[in-house]
Amino acid sequence: MKEPVVKLMQGNEACTEAALAAGCSFYAGYPITPSTEIAELMAERLPIYGGRFIQMEDEIASMAAVIGASLTGAKSLTATSGPGFSLKQENIGYASLTEVPVVVVNVQRVGPSTGMATSPAQGDVMQARWGTHGDHPIVVLAPSSVQETYEITIEAFNIAEELRVPVILLLDEVIGHMREKIVIPDKDSLKITNRKKTDARPEDFLPYKADEDGVPPMADFGTGYRTHVTGLFHDETGFPTGDPKKADALLRRLHEKLDKAKDRITLVEEIETEDADIVLFAYGSSARPALSALRQARELGIKVGLIKPITIWPFPEEVVDRVAKKAKTIIVPEMNLGQLIREVERASRGQADVIGLNRVDGELFKPEEILEKIKEVR
Amino acid sequence: MATEELLDEHFRVETMPHIWCPGCGHGIVLGALMRALEKSGFERDKTVIVSGIGCSSRATGYLDYDTLHTTHGRALAFATGVKLANPELNVVVITGDGDASAIGGNHFIHAARRNIDITTIIFNNSIYGMTGGQYSPETPEASWATTSPYGHIERTFDLAELAKAAGASYVARGTTYHVNPLSNYMLKALKKKGFSVVEAISGCPTYFGRKNKMPTGTLMLQWQKDSAVPRTKADKLSAEEMKGKFVIGELQDIDLPEYTEEYGKVIKKAQERRR
Repeated sequence: MKEPVVKLMQGNEACTEAALAAGCSFYAGYPITPSTEIAELMAERLPIYGGRFIQMEDEIASMAAVIGASLTGAKSLTATSGPGFSLKQENIGYASLTEVPVVVVNVQRVGPSTGMATSPAQGDVMQARWGTHGDHPIVVLAPSSVQETYEITIEAFNIAEELRVPVILLLDEVIGHMREKIVIPDKDSLKITNRKKTDARPEDFLPYKADEDGVPPMADFGTGYRTHVTGLFHDETGFPTGDPKKADALLRRLHEKLDKAKDRITLVEEIETEDADIVLFAYGSSARPALSALRQARELGIKVGLIKPITIWPFPEEVVDRVAKKAKTIIVPEMNLGQLIREVERASRGQADVIGLNRVDGELFKPEEILEKIKEVR
Repeated sequence: MATEELLDEHFRVETMPHIWCPGCGHGIVLGALMRALEKSGFERDKTVIVSGIGCSSRATGYLDYDTLHTTHGRALAFATGVKLANPELNVVVITGDGDASAIGGNHFIHAARRNIDITTIIFNNSIYGMTGGQYSPETPEASWATTSPYGHIERTFDLAELAKAAGASYVARGTTYHVNPLSNYMLKALKKKGFSVVEAISGCPTYFGRKNKMPTGTLMLQWQKDSAVPRTKADKLSAEEMKGKFVIGELQDIDLPEYTEEYGKVIKKAQERRR
């Protein structure tokens, strides 16, 4: 194995490099701050490897194009920010129902509306889960450093391919633009997952008949299977159905395939939660000052822990439940007016006090602010 | 090949009957496309047919190809992803007048501007049929729709002119009355490298016809026969004389660089620079 490469890199750049390492060969996007570097780098890098880049006429078209490309077998990526993420929602739902693997990056900025384009926020946490209509399954990941952005981008592709589900990678303006040291692992050491392909004969192939794991094997367009893909509710044949039983079975299976993989796809870091009286629950760039506050509090003799979810959806409720049994208080610092705190409250089931700490001014939390809150609730 | 054999060859006959109303023109348009596909020499396993939402867009479900029934207005955007990711595939888009010109208008313009090798067949029945007869950008001026209960005041969007101006390689318009030329235009469109468009004027007796004194398939065909003017003749008529009529025929046939071939050159350039 070769030596890993050490570099200074932006989060957006790390995301691009990781996508390429994961085997991404198609990108469609539309320029929007603070995600544009991903498009620019993809435009430069993809053709070198024989991949293809296109700047579409709008965000909706970009989302559509990556789904079309994925159906031919290409691992596909698009990146955007708040307003563009809103526009992509209908087709994200399409990918969810039709089970087309795609990765969507949302480098969050302050909203609603045009908001503050160059300032970080965590206001799209609920939209990432519920942005498109209907009871759709989706996976949302939120790294908190440039290093993690690299690793989690690869994970995003792996989950999308394994489970045939759109995966949302939630960065924010700080993670996207910050330059940090990053250790790029040797390509041979990476675990890369590719979608299951069918080995059935075309005449026997049922494109939406799932295996044990709830995931149907795929047949790429152009390989002789002549499959039909539709956003209408469909049965195992892929053709539309109005049968209530089949409709029910389809939607439940889409959720069950995620439930079955929940342990594997729910990535959570726990830091010193074992003996903690006060636990911080923080994700994305808010997890960084939270960790500093934890260190400072420990020096003062306050028993503080940190739950740092990388997978936000599915929500890591078992971890919160277990930690809430022992802890007195859970503090949830978020760069929004309190979104994921609702899930923390639900999962902790009244076993601990849950207190929010919120910023919506486009500024990061300072460790001191979080430390103050810790002292206050102590 | 006899029609029945063609149906067996190109259609998923098990998905029949189709959803279209008695007298609907869409079956005629799809039949014309089927004959064109048969003559095109396209390998069926290397041909992807993409549609949006609406009556016409349900056609993909009936065709025995790789088929993609997408979201409203976005067929061309999905198709662009399919074609660019695998340029060896033949890509055909089936879309309606509302799908192509209203909600999907921007994608239509830019697919034409890029001159990506996709053949687009617009099933233009002058109305939103699936939702029950609301006006579309193709609804003729001064006609009636459920959302223009006092008469329609908007001007009609000429999609063929739009496609020409945006840079499509091949543009033609036909009708379900003039079905043989329609199928011939489709064949030329399929074989043309670059973005090609065939607008097929189709009839909706149920919603457009009933509101406009043409409540049968026959009357809709009669209207097409009476309103269609061949291009050569139309060139000699004044705007006043063309009022309430539309041009049919081949409207553009030019050779321009095709998008995926141009992107192939980008790949070559990127790889050479790397070396």
